[in-house]
Amino acid sequence: MQPDGKVPGGPLTEKWNRYRSTIKLVNPANKRKFNIIVVGTGLAGASAAATLAELGYNVKSFCIQDSPRRAHSIAAQGGINAAKNYPNDGDSTWRLFYDTIKGGDYRSREANTYRLAQLSTNIIDQCVAQGVPFARDYGGLLANRSFGGAQVSRTFYARGQTGQQLLLGAYSSLSRQIAAGKVLMFPRREMSDLVLIDGQARGIIARNLVNGEYERHIADAVVLATGGYGNVFYLSTNATSCNVGAAMHAYRKGAFLANPCFTQIHPTCIPQSGDYQSKLTLMSESLRNDGRVWVPRNQDDKRPPNAIPENERNYYLEEKYPSFGNLVPRDVASRNAKEQCDRGNGVGATGYAVYLDFKDAIKRDGKDVIAKKYGNLFDMYANIIDDDPYKTPMMIYPASHYTMGGLWVDYDLMSNVPGLFVIGEANFSDHGANRLGASALMQGLADGYFVLPYTIGPYLAGTVRPSATTDHPAFKEAADAVDTRIKSFLNNKGKRTVDEIHRELGQITWNYCGMARNEAGLTEALQRIKELQTEFWENVRVPGSADDYNLSLQKAGRLADFLEFAQVMVTDALVRKESCGGHFREESKTEEGEALRIDEEYCHTAAWEYKGSGKPPEFHKEPLVFENIALTQRSYK
Amino acid sequence: MRENDTIDITLKVWRQKGADVKGRLETIDVKNISTHMSFLEMLDVVNEDLTLTGREPVEFDNDCREGICGMCGAVINGHAHGPEKAMTLCQLHMRKFKNGATIVVEPWRSRAFPIIKDLIVDRSAFDKIIQSGGYVSMNAGGAPDANAIPISQEIADKAMDAAACIGCGACVAACPNSSAMLFVSAKVSQLALLPQGKPEAAQRAWSMVNTMDRCGFGNCSNEKECEAVCPKEISIVNIARLNREFLKASFFSTVE
Ligand SMILES: Cc1cc2nc3c(=O)[nH]c(=O)nc-3n(C[C@H](O)[C@H](O)[C@H](O)COP(=O)(O)OP(=O)(O)OC[C@H]3O[C@@H](n4cnc5c(N)ncnc54)[C@H](O)[C@@H]3O)c2cc1C
Ligand code: SF4
Ligand code: FES
Repeated sequence: MQPDGKVPGGPLTEKWNRYRSTIKLVNPANKRKFNIIVVGTGLAGASAAATLAELGYNVKSFCIQDSPRRAHSIAAQGGINAAKNYPNDGDSTWRLFYDTIKGGDYRSREANTYRLAQLSTNIIDQCVAQGVPFARDYGGLLANRSFGGAQVSRTFYARGQTGQQLLLGAYSSLSRQIAAGKVLMFPRREMSDLVLIDGQARGIIARNLVNGEYERHIADAVVLATGGYGNVFYLSTNATSCNVGAAMHAYRKGAFLANPCFTQIHPTCIPQSGDYQSKLTLMSESLRNDGRVWVPRNQDDKRPPNAIPENERNYYLEEKYPSFGNLVPRDVASRNAKEQCDRGNGVGATGYAVYLDFKDAIKRDGKDVIAKKYGNLFDMYANIIDDDPYKTPMMIYPASHYTMGGLWVDYDLMSNVPGLFVIGEANFSDHGANRLGASALMQGLADGYFVLPYTIGPYLAGTVRPSATTDHPAFKEAADAVDTRIKSFLNNKGKRTVDEIHRELGQITWNYCGMARNEAGLTEALQRIKELQTEFWENVRVPGSADDYNLSLQKAGRLADFLEFAQVMVTDALVRKESCGGHFREESKTEEGEALRIDEEYCHTAAWEYKGSGKPPEFHKEPLVFENIALTQRSYK
Repeated sequence: MRENDTIDITLKVWRQKGADVKGRLETIDVKNISTHMSFLEMLDVVNEDLTLTGREPVEFDNDCREGICGMCGAVINGHAHGPEKAMTLCQLHMRKFKNGATIVVEPWRSRAFPIIKDLIVDRSAFDKIIQSGGYVSMNAGGAPDANAIPISQEIADKAMDAAACIGCGACVAACPNSSAMLFVSAKVSQLALLPQGKPEAAQRAWSMVNTMDRCGFGNCSNEKECEAVCPKEISIVNIARLNREFLKASFFSTVE
């Protein structure tokens, strides 16, 4: 079966307007009769829940944290893109669209990406009206900066806390609807299964994380806004609760997983210091605007950085990519850091770090200017590493950061399971094989404020759903399955902790399916993940009980899903024998060693279908058609 | 990075099964802790050990582990979020403790924050306060162009200072009266400073303060402990702003 993206007809620039003007509308009086479940309260989920409620729908909203305000979106630092062209530097909807498609290495759907660029400007208007305190220029107008090597300044920001401010804006709208009684909020809940009735998504089983009860919720449609799966690498810049559980419940009920091998590794993170490490902290990409990346020319040079003379330093990005230098895209910067370290030129205690040096910038602009730009980041670094980056170069290393893959959706953001919508990082989205900096926040809010509230209407108005209650056998079956799984963790009484096994999974995925991948490594990884999965089910030890707060128990469920998901991710990486975006296949490179895309064979979205426990998933292909853009190979030389 | 030192410490950590049962401090000896670990990573190591030796791990809230989500928090030797200034618990590192130190770890204590388990408390009262007015009443779709109303850099900066609150609850834990005034004032100030939030400013202050009282938080008697522990350095100047808005609201409501 070939998944159908259901892209509306007409010229690219007109599609969304035409779609909006011709869709079947839900009568305002009828909206009150429809119930919608929204799982997740990050930018995507909070904005969707609030907006759906504003339109009159009845919404139930769920999140793992104690408050919707704490979703992982809160941690985004850098900013949010919008094609406002306030700086008058030549930006436009078309240019943002083009940059996004090109940045994604031509592996996203044109129509979705164009719509995203179109809606980007509305997001900024919406957020300012909510009271989001974006940075401003002296004249009082909004400030913009260039981000991640973009040639125009289209990034809006609120100090280094853009995600926080945008999320608090969405949370405030959500809170208003909770107060109005239009949203029922369920915090400290984990969606533990998806319930289908007659093939339509009709509800969820939510586990109450405080008392362990399984709650049944029924609705007319289910929206997943459950974020990305970056923690499949164990160490990542993501919050510790980020997980792939909700997506896997949907997958096991028939929803396709698309392009799971497209993951983004961020080049500027604080390196790992020991086995106990629980997460990696991101240092904003903006640092590369002024910092120079280097490693010692000699292998295993153990001298302190300041004792290494200039001619023995290798500024490898500047040397290799003279026109982009330290501002090459994330994947190129990451891969080159790995190459240097694999070769034995890495620095720091583990040898897996490179220097990011501000010496020349401080000499040029003075310490005060650098402190004004990056003071917060320097302080954060100093606190974690216990070293002064004004005097000694910072050490950085790449880390798992964002996942472009996710549940497959059509133009309406509906998965192939009728009534199951997926928004934000959880869907396979508009970013193709790689995402531009400051575009995830844009996508989450576009989906939630401006796309889904429209596209869910035709489904609700145009389909027939049998009337049912939570007594339907499908609910009982799902709740029983959840219970069996929970009990089996607790009764196992094995010898290894959840974290220990998760760490081991992370080593496999990071080493074989991280910044560079090859056939032999991926084949081995698949085998080792299967063995680890068996080991997990036989030998995991989960303390405590099921009827009170038990974080180990929550983590066990999430790890079970990561172990299953990792196999789909590696399988996807195996069959995509080209390099594109964040997916670098060592077998597919140019003579100069750069990524080589193979459009003749791989210009498609890979959509994977569940075929039963322990069985390999089935591959489906959605061909990508580019009617408006000519495909070119990326070059940053 | 400095030498990888290790230290031994004695934890006295609060254990409590649930809201309705009595809690107590449990003593746990912890050996060989790398000084590079964060405080929460130290607790992870302790929990791994408890798990493997058949005991129940210490439950504590956390998520981002980089000081922005506001999920973590505990009182460390009497200080909310630990001894360092402008820092959340997840950002505190073990190098700040001496070898042989005894560290007392307790949950936030406030009538308005009932204990769920061990170090985890229920902060949903904060959400209730925001629901009672911590927003601008506008729906998606109708907003004017973002640059239609210029806002001076100074005002935008002040609003951002207030908006930086992460809703962690340390201010309540540190206050002898368990007042939530710093938290409430941060949101009221942010929105009152900005033209978008002005029209509802007085009404907002009125209903948020009333909700705060109803949720069981105490009154503000200017102790300033909140400001001292706040990881985001929210200033008590915001409380003055809140009082101004609140007075306006009481004035109008008596005139009516
Ligand atoms: C450190 C960092 C910095 C970043 N900086 C930027 C930036 O500057 N610009 C940019 O554009 N992007 C940035 N990103 C990416 C961006 O932050 C994320 O992609 C985006 O916020 C994801 O939003 P979301 O709404 O899709 O999901 P999330 O914010 O991850 O929210 C997921 C929600 O789902 C809930 N949930 C998950 N599973 C379940 C379940 N089973 N049951 C119930 N609830 C569940 C969670 O509780 C949460 O509420 C950054 C990412 C990181 C890690
Ligand atoms: S005011 Fe400070 S201490 Fe209080 S909740 Fe906000 S950030 Fe935490
Ligand atoms: S865990 Fe997020 S602030 Fe500490």
